[in-house]
Amino acid sequence: MSQGKGLLERLERKGISRRDFMKYCTALTATMGLSSAYVSKVAAALASAPRPPVIWLALAECTGCAESTLRTMYPWIDELVLDIISLDYHETIMAPSGEAAEKSLHDSVTKNAGKFILIVDGAVPTGDDGNFGTIAGKTMLETVKEIGPKAMATICIGTCASYGGLPAAAPNPTQAKSVSEVTGLTTVNIPGCPPNPINLVGTVVNFLLFGKLPSLDDKGRPLFAYGQLIHDQCPRRSHFEAGEFVTNFNSEEARKGFCLYQMGCKGPETYNNCPIVKWNDGTSWPVQAGHPCIGCSEPNFWDKFTPFYKSS
Amino acid sequence: MARVVIDPITRIEGHLKIEVEVQNGKVTNAWSSSTLFRGLEIMLQGRDPRDAYLFTQRACGVCTYVHGLASIRSVDDALGAKVPDNGRLIRNLLHGAQYVHDHPVHFYHLHALDWVDIVSALKADPKKTADLTAKVSPNCPGSGVNDFKAVQDRVKKFVDSGQLGPFANGYWGHPAYKLPPEANLMAVAHYLTALRQQARTARLMAIFGGKNPHIQSMTVGGVTCATDLTPDRIAEFKYLWKETMDFINNVYIPDVLAVASFYKDWGKIGGTKNFLAYGDFPMGPKEPDSFLLPRGAIFNRNLARVEPVDVSLITEQIKHSWYEGDPKGLNPAKGETKPKFDKYDTAARYSWMKAPRYKNEPMEVGPLARVLVAYGKGVPAVKENVDAVLKKLAIPADALFSTLGRVAARAVETKVIGEAMGTMLGQLVENIKKGDLNICDERTWDQMPAEGMGAGLNDPPRGALGHWIDVKDKKIANYQLVVPSTWNIGPRDADDKRGPLEEALMGTPVVDPKRPVEILRTIHSYDPCIACGVHVIDTRSNEVYKFEVV
Repeated sequence: MSQGKGLLERLERKGISRRDFMKYCTALTATMGLSSAYVSKVAAALASAPRPPVIWLALAECTGCAESTLRTMYPWIDELVLDIISLDYHETIMAPSGEAAEKSLHDSVTKNAGKFILIVDGAVPTGDDGNFGTIAGKTMLETVKEIGPKAMATICIGTCASYGGLPAAAPNPTQAKSVSEVTGLTTVNIPGCPPNPINLVGTVVNFLLFGKLPSLDDKGRPLFAYGQLIHDQCPRRSHFEAGEFVTNFNSEEARKGFCLYQMGCKGPETYNNCPIVKWNDGTSWPVQAGHPCIGCSEPNFWDKFTPFYKSS
Repeated sequence: MARVVIDPITRIEGHLKIEVEVQNGKVTNAWSSSTLFRGLEIMLQGRDPRDAYLFTQRACGVCTYVHGLASIRSVDDALGAKVPDNGRLIRNLLHGAQYVHDHPVHFYHLHALDWVDIVSALKADPKKTADLTAKVSPNCPGSGVNDFKAVQDRVKKFVDSGQLGPFANGYWGHPAYKLPPEANLMAVAHYLTALRQQARTARLMAIFGGKNPHIQSMTVGGVTCATDLTPDRIAEFKYLWKETMDFINNVYIPDVLAVASFYKDWGKIGGTKNFLAYGDFPMGPKEPDSFLLPRGAIFNRNLARVEPVDVSLITEQIKHSWYEGDPKGLNPAKGETKPKFDKYDTAARYSWMKAPRYKNEPMEVGPLARVLVAYGKGVPAVKENVDAVLKKLAIPADALFSTLGRVAARAVETKVIGEAMGTMLGQLVENIKKGDLNICDERTWDQMPAEGMGAGLNDPPRGALGHWIDVKDKKIANYQLVVPSTWNIGPRDADDKRGPLEEALMGTPVVDPKRPVEILRTIHSYDPCIACGVHVIDTRSNEVYKFEVV
């Protein structure tokens, strides 16, 4: 892996000093739970050229995961797309449509066979031979089964691709399934509805750094982001322990920020890092906004955790 | 005569296929087909009504929040929930936050590449670019010679790397691109600026919504963000809002006007004749009277006669859609619909979308509909801004009925709604100062009625949206959505009348059917959101559907 002087030059021209860049790498390294010894390796990974090819397939999705990724600030999305990776296919932002877009997909898959990272959002509809979802005249089922095995690694972003998500909510009208189930591949799963962009970016950098998948839990989730329960990281935990609960959203208890367990909070059963990294550059997260966690990074949460407001 | 199929349409939300017939360089027929079906309403059957907004918000992550808003309004309506003033204000502020994020992202990141040639920007003179920007937008930040040179260098390095990523196979050099290199460089620089701004602007929604995308701070009868009515939170919102308004006024709107000035011929392409707006942003307790953007319907471009809207006159017609039943379709409140996929046939059935019609007419919804209804009803802020645009571009009023008109309307309403957010934030502060901290209906769920039927209408960025719910024994007995992109992007109806997009594409010039950038200009002007648009409506049964391949 080259030292990638190009990136550092470009950053300096934009007024970002080498020191700022290293500060950012330090922050990202810490987020991934790595020791400071890895900071220089993170820096090198990010600056490596040529940029690793990434193909993003959007299946039965709502585009919330793509939008969430757009919110990344460390790095900014333009840095991710122009400086760090080569995003060869992404239907939401790519310039060409139709045949020209399909050419981008096929060219990259062919040229980079075995060497590209596949990111998938959305579940795979399998009912009726997969005819509930088609792109360029092919079913999504066919496309993901064809392209998945050619990738170096497959990352499922969002609960839909990871576990079936919303389309698979009972009664699963289109027989939607996860990417791993229809392809048989071991996927890195970054669930959430949507997931925090920090979790995706940290995983990509981990991959660039070590050339292999990060440590995963038994559901394929990177431990650095999904290793702990929401409940164990929650700033309202002391209220839970003290028996101070909200029972009405329009109350003094709610204004005091008491525990939302009795309003149905699924924090005790959910693995994610929301209380720590929070959302949109540390602005807030559901519990801070006075609303119970709905467990959106857990498989099958649309059925397992509903009614959402019923305390388990 | 050539038939051109474009699948996938990119730079939209969701999965769309467009087929056109081109004769003598013009579109002579068009078919719009959406290619994904998920079945949200089926999933909602039998569930707790409080959960509905969390499910339906995932109709779309680009149009995040807005389905949640329509949903919770339908439950509020069904059960007679009383939303306190702060609840109204915060829900409006969240809605405004969505607009001021969504519309600029649409212009720069979904639409702009139809008008802007990135490769041409490499030939620009950075000094002339700075001069152009100083002329079109005197207050635009980051617009010095060095700024544009830096952007140009960055793009050059990117192109020289040989890895063009999402910009590979674009239509660069197409004769339909009309901007001079300097305008292209200015637009490319702002494309990048806007990419960062949207991440910051999204924080507005997260302040009262918990997170963006997909907020999690609403409840039946109001909102839950009890700990966010503090001076520091209000200040955070206020200053992010100011930063966003600066971007809208100093970058977004001047760019729209600058680009439009080179494409005035698009004031005669891509128009339709009927427009429908449910209206939104209640500025007081009375609805729809207090709506910032009013409710109304316009037929045959007659702005002098804005009619009231009667939703009982809506039908969803299925003659050309993959459903079985009465081709004339029925009002969402009655009847049954069954999905039935056979094959894609432009002469018969060709879409998962149905064809909503109002008084049996196709109706365009969205920014242009809202702005025209508001203009027709004499709303001062809208009238002023629209007149200013027409004057600045020196185009006649009927240029509004076009692809260009749609782009301009989107910019105008962003500004109008953005400014109203300031007013509403001020009202929230006044309430808090008076000691009013109520954010939702005081009753707990146990104290709410067990049944009722309700409708939640709203008018989010892509257009008129309605959710209808029937609650029985505190469970969802029936749930229906009629969404904006179905109005706009849906297929022909029982009388074979084209949908708005299909109609708007008629007559579009096409220089090269293999590089159909002109067609994309009109498609993108509708800001399609297909995930929202396709669903199944069943008003009676809880049955799982059996799908037949015929």
